[in-house]
Amino acid sequence: MSGLDPNLAVAGVLTAVLCAWVLTGGADLGGGLWDLLAAGPRKVAQRRAIALAIAPIWEANHVWLIVAIVITFVAFPRAFAAISIALHWPLTLMLLGVVLRGASFVFRAYAARAEPVQARWSAVFASASAATPILLGVVLGAIASGRIDADGDAIPPGTLPWLAPFPVVVGLLTLAIFAFLAAVYLTLDTREEPALQEDFRRRGLGAAAAVFCLAWAAFFLARTGAPAIWHGLWHSAWAVPLQLAVAACGLSCIGALWTRRYRLARDLGAAQVVLVVGGWAASQYPHVLPPHLTVADAAPAVVVWWLLGVLAVGAVPLAVAYATLMRVFKG
Amino acid sequence: MLTELLAARTQMGLSLAFHIVFATAGIGMPLLMVGAEIAWLRTGEPAWLALSKRWAKGTAILFAVGAVSGTVLSFELGLLWPRFMEVAGPLVGLPFAMEGFAFFLEAICLGIVLYGWDRVSPAAHLAAGIGVAVSGALSAAFVISANGFMNTPQGYGVGPDGALVAADPLAAMLNPMAAPMALHALVASWLAIGWVAAATHAWRLRRDPGDPVDRRGLALGLWVAVVATLAQPLTGHVIGGATAHHQPAKLDALEALWETQRGAPFTIGGWPDEAAQTTRYAIEVPKLLSLIAFHHADAEVMGLDAVAPEDRPPVVAAHLAYQIMLATEGLMGVGAVAALATLWRPRWREHPAFLGLVLLLGPVGMIGIEAGWCATELGRQPWIVAGLMRTADAVTPVGGIRISVIGFTLVYLGLAAVTAVLLQRQIAGPAGGGH
Ligand code: HDD
Ligand code: HEM
Ligand code: HEM
Repeated sequence: MSGLDPNLAVAGVLTAVLCAWVLTGGADLGGGLWDLLAAGPRKVAQRRAIALAIAPIWEANHVWLIVAIVITFVAFPRAFAAISIALHWPLTLMLLGVVLRGASFVFRAYAARAEPVQARWSAVFASASAATPILLGVVLGAIASGRIDADGDAIPPGTLPWLAPFPVVVGLLTLAIFAFLAAVYLTLDTREEPALQEDFRRRGLGAAAAVFCLAWAAFFLARTGAPAIWHGLWHSAWAVPLQLAVAACGLSCIGALWTRRYRLARDLGAAQVVLVVGGWAASQYPHVLPPHLTVADAAPAVVVWWLLGVLAVGAVPLAVAYATLMRVFKG
Repeated sequence: MLTELLAARTQMGLSLAFHIVFATAGIGMPLLMVGAEIAWLRTGEPAWLALSKRWAKGTAILFAVGAVSGTVLSFELGLLWPRFMEVAGPLVGLPFAMEGFAFFLEAICLGIVLYGWDRVSPAAHLAAGIGVAVSGALSAAFVISANGFMNTPQGYGVGPDGALVAADPLAAMLNPMAAPMALHALVASWLAIGWVAAATHAWRLRRDPGDPVDRRGLALGLWVAVVATLAQPLTGHVIGGATAHHQPAKLDALEALWETQRGAPFTIGGWPDEAAQTTRYAIEVPKLLSLIAFHHADAEVMGLDAVAPEDRPPVVAAHLAYQIMLATEGLMGVGAVAALATLWRPRWREHPAFLGLVLLLGPVGMIGIEAGWCATELGRQPWIVAGLMRTADAVTPVGGIRISVIGFTLVYLGLAAVTAVLLQRQIAGPAGGGH
């Protein structure tokens, strides 16, 4: 007991919840991008496969994001307030994306079958799915950049900490990662239709190339755009092993896709994403909101312990229920 | 003039007023679906199965809009009230964290209910339905406990600089208003959805008399509606007593009670005149307020004269909203008596006049919920956390909320319109066997 710092533990849980959201809800958003880019002779079949894969699970997957928000405002209220103030507008736009994507997805399923009606809802669904991860990445990039004042209201008018190259590239990278995960998952969802499976395999390979390029771009921009992260990524003891592990996962995932070993590709892809999110958190550590707020600027310990307790108790039924959901629909 | 503060309050109120419609459906519809499913398992009648599936289909649309509008709210707490969340976030953390798990269970179970008919056993399907109903009710109770904290805060300490510090999150969650509000609002949800469902099937029965699915839908909807309508004055008494004890200034605004007095009357209707500090054109039932609130006809009830002018809630709006809530109970009470009469004369149940009455009562429960929440939230003003933090001190310093409130209004109007059209298509669909 005595050794465990509750703030560190809750920061770890927050990172894990974000990973879970990226792996589930993130992939659902990525699926929307493939809806937008559906093309070729199997255009309609692609859209159908995407909708079938998302429909039963997206609302459950979406809850991870809400849990992440709740953990942030309970455990790190100062950071939550400062982020909410400084990034008010990108967050508001992102919310608009969340609303339009979720609503248009069900609206499409219940709207008239006529092609023009369906196409209109598809357009809303797909463009909102693509815009939301970009805006989310911009928010995360701006947090990492260290340009957000801890008091929030001290931002000079006219400065937009989020409209800079680093956050924008992180936004695009986020979209690429989600799209990559979605394509890899969809190869498994389309097992029974080899032609469709090929379509998603090619998309997965393309997305992997985009992730690769954008990750390098973000890495180099971090030097000036997010100095704290840059420092972590170069100078920590774990930096080189982490980067090697990310590269190894990424390359072998591409190899697995290339050789059509889809289950393996999914596992490697997921592992790579977990390493990226975890590595980001680790390189930002001890900061929650660089440069001023660290894990020490948390709610009183009694609150953090209670939160950890609730999360630990809740995790058990949740794990059972989630596993059931996945077994029933993805088994 | 729409100040930034007023714009933020408008945007928050609008978002909540929008969300509550879908949240209410998320609490009430699963109960009806499970009821129909149990009836099907017991009787084997296909009409019950068709009814359950049809309700489930409608619920899917409502649930998705509820999920996205709820997500907006989670962010808006910070986007609009960052200073509030900075202080209160840790204190309302327990119920919000528990609510997160309830959402998970609800969404997971709903996925199985909607898409799992052919994939799981009937017993597992029913269990999933019960899971949706229970976790929906729990998530409402948890978020309401957070609202109860805003009304009757406890569990905090004061730091050296005078700022509030979270000290006991459990005490904050178990605040005195939490349980009475959760009880009253849950019964309100079942009641409102019961009337909506009954009205929907009444509408179809008027078009298409004798349809077996719609007859069952009407009967089940009415049972839920009638039981909840008759229970609501009891839970209203509980919450009213708690309000009188713990939020006297709010009770004064709701009742438009200006003077502290013994044997205070219960005011029905009327128009409070803030300048003259009286309420005109009202019906006053002598001593009733003292009796209801403190179980003694001569008990003293504090009036608004005991509240400093700058700490008074907006009396006109709060009082009107409260009167509307009470009036909806009266209307639905008439409907409940009529529905009970059909137990004695079953043929009346499909009489066009009775169906017309039910149809008219369809939206009344929802109106009551909206009015009740407006009364509660306006009655808390000018405080965001009663007695501790003013709404004006909690608002975001970011400019331009006037623009976002317009944007959100348009989005909500659009969503509401599309949802209405799609549900209408669903409801007006073919009669008999369902889909
Ligand atoms: C259809 C809905 C409905 C109906 C018929 C009633 N209520 Fe209600 N009432 C609500 C729906 C509601 C609500 C929207 O659900 C509220 C808002 C906050 C809450 O917890 O419940 C509420 C709040 C609320 C409050 C304010 C609590 C506070 O903020 O401290 C009081 C005093 C009452 N109610 C009392 C009553 C009484 C005495 C009723 C009947 C005889 C009654 N209500 C019928
Ligand atoms: C869903 C039912 C609810 C409705 C319809 C509702 C309605 C409103 C309205 C009309 C306002 C504006 C009041 C004003 O500023 O004069 C408001 C404010 C607010 N409500 Fe609620 N409310 C609901 C439930 C809740 C719950 C459960 C919470 C908390 C967890 C909450 C938190 C707030 C906050 C933070 C504000 C802004 C601060 C303030 O104006 O005091 N509300 N609500
Ligand atoms: C500030 C206040 C509120 C916040 C932050 C909030 C947040 C949320 C969120 C994030 C969801 C989506 C969960 C999902 O993805 O499945 C949701 C849905 C829901 N909320 Fe709220 N909510 C608030 C007020 C309320 C109130 C007052 C009630 C009930 C009286 C309520 C009851 C529900 C229910 C039952 C659902 C399930 C979804 C549905 O059936 O539509 N919420 N809410």
